[in-house]
Amino acid sequence: MSYFTPDNLAIAHEIISRYPVAKSALIPLLHLAQEQEGWVTDDAMRQIADLTDTTPAEVKGTGSFYEMFKFHPVGKYLVNVCTNLSCQLLGGEELLAHAEKSLGVKAGGTTADGMFTIEDVECIAACTEAPCLQVNYRYRLRVSDEDFDGLIDDIRNGRADDIPEHGTLGRVRQHIPAGSMAGIVPPEQANERPVWLARNDEPASGGTEEGEET
Amino acid sequence: MSHFVPHAPGYVDNGGPKIVTSRFEYDDSFTLERYEATDGYEGLRRALDRTPAQVHDEVRDATVLGRGGAGFPAGVKWGFMPPGKFPYYLVVNGDESEPGTYKDRLLMERDPHQLIEGCLITCYALGLAQCFLYVRGEMALAQERLARALNDAYAKGYVGKNILGTDFSVDITLTWGAGAYIVGEETALIESLEGNRGMPRLKPPYFPAAIGLYGQPTIVNNVETLSNLPWLMMNGAEAYKQFGSEASPGTRMVAISGHVKRPGVYEIEQGVTTFRDLFYGDDFCQGIRDDNELKMFVPGGGSAPWFFPEQLDLPLEGRVVGSEGSMLGSGAIMVMDETTDAVKAALRLVRFYARESCGKCTPCREGTTWEERVLQRILDGEGRPSDIDMLLDIADNISPGPYPVAADPTQGLDAVPFPPKQTTICPLGPSSVAPITSTIRRFRHEYDAKITKRDAIPVTAAAMTTAPGNSEGG
Repeated sequence: MSYFTPDNLAIAHEIISRYPVAKSALIPLLHLAQEQEGWVTDDAMRQIADLTDTTPAEVKGTGSFYEMFKFHPVGKYLVNVCTNLSCQLLGGEELLAHAEKSLGVKAGGTTADGMFTIEDVECIAACTEAPCLQVNYRYRLRVSDEDFDGLIDDIRNGRADDIPEHGTLGRVRQHIPAGSMAGIVPPEQANERPVWLARNDEPASGGTEEGEET
Repeated sequence: MSHFVPHAPGYVDNGGPKIVTSRFEYDDSFTLERYEATDGYEGLRRALDRTPAQVHDEVRDATVLGRGGAGFPAGVKWGFMPPGKFPYYLVVNGDESEPGTYKDRLLMERDPHQLIEGCLITCYALGLAQCFLYVRGEMALAQERLARALNDAYAKGYVGKNILGTDFSVDITLTWGAGAYIVGEETALIESLEGNRGMPRLKPPYFPAAIGLYGQPTIVNNVETLSNLPWLMMNGAEAYKQFGSEASPGTRMVAISGHVKRPGVYEIEQGVTTFRDLFYGDDFCQGIRDDNELKMFVPGGGSAPWFFPEQLDLPLEGRVVGSEGSMLGSGAIMVMDETTDAVKAALRLVRFYARESCGKCTPCREGTTWEERVLQRILDGEGRPSDIDMLLDIADNISPGPYPVAADPTQGLDAVPFPPKQTTICPLGPSSVAPITSTIRRFRHEYDAKITKRDAIPVTAAAMTTAPGNSEGG
């Protein structure tokens, strides 16, 4: 039985085709699994192992290193409040405390209705707009306590349509039409010099026949 | 006149020269249409009109310093590729996660085609077989914008097979991480790209140019570094060197956060603008909040030793800041006013390194955790007089230096070497030492005020518990 849906399986094969070595697709495929179900299940890891010519243990071994992968169900909305220095200086810890109080769970916890998980996270690269947070990796900047409550209210009432459910990252996927691909070059294809480097062998001329510049 | 740009939150146009942020004024700067209408892919055309070696020479002549942290000249790094050991790969480091840093995110979100064009110029110059664009996992919008930009660029023949009708062909694969600071270290990035835990590789070799992705020669360049190349190809090395100082030509993006009136990401000329200009200038941050006194600042990302008011007049130039014992690093400046608790601020950065240590090297894995615990108990009023010596002793284990253990604590810390020595494979562990030595050296009295007088005080369970961490791993 395939864990991935037929559509996602096709996407998985397309992702793998863009790497010279299938194992390089491991992290993108874990994201795809998380997108499908909101977290990474054992079945997902078994199929990723098959697809990338690895073992389920290797998949978990790699996946468990990275904070974004969840190996148990989390809330539909992951609320990541930054408390690193730039945010701490401007109230990041107080914002986290407010979030915990407002949602009734501590950082790392999930609300009883399965809607929200709060995390106390490291720098999310919006330091000048402190305090900041991400919900499913979408930014909210210079967040006051009132802003936070408004955001939660918007999400609960379906008014935050820029925020997909947990697991979805970029909503546009890379797609290379077959005819456009230069062709991936596996490492064992050794010592094949790219053709255009032959231009270095000619006496410096500067300019091709089509060059309309000087 | 300087002003905010509403569609690029965080970015402030300071009215200065623009090399990488020239399109930020357009709200559709990320589209191919806007890019083509503003000289987009012209730099690539100019490059293709020359030989690859000529393009490499231009980059070397311009002295494009790496913008990721180490400040190593890109043209020199490119020269480390062993001849003839094909295939070569390009890995773009878009895993920006140094505390206080963001500029690569804005460049990826606001001008993805500029980065793609920079990648293509690099691949052409060096004969690289494939490019992997590795974006930090948490940056969903950057991934989305880059995916769309790549799809459009492939459709128009800028990327892929026979680019612009020439014999130059290369694929760019968009790939992304999943939350691990250490993956910004270039050999850890390569491990991650190979589908492994993101742990740095043993050195030597020091550069992946020797042994990189899949064991092949690999160039790892930062997003901002590559984003400079289209402009450079259009305007040439001489024009590039008109900006900045002789040793550090061009511009760079800096993010100034913390206790300033107008924090923001600015593109500034290297080696010209001083920290004082940045913090107090009308076109920059316009002063410290509430007109408070400046207490201290981090000049180049969480890993940099801290600076104090007497260093305000230094120009932002890697060489100068380096000779003063710190670094410009990733261009992240965190400003702290007189109300800041030095111990609390130091603890927050140390906690970051404790959380993000990959666990490969014992001095870092154990040491950063101990540093965090000792600082936490000092902050909680549970610290003991011997704790300062203990902190310095732990620091000495991670990053050996002449620490004044059990000596006059006001002396000697000035001699802490930078760049730090290290007992670890990568600089993560040694980076945790900077906040500790910087604050003990300067604000020893704040530590003393928090530390109890009784050395024999039992350490409570509460003081030994680390703050709620993230999930396992990096």
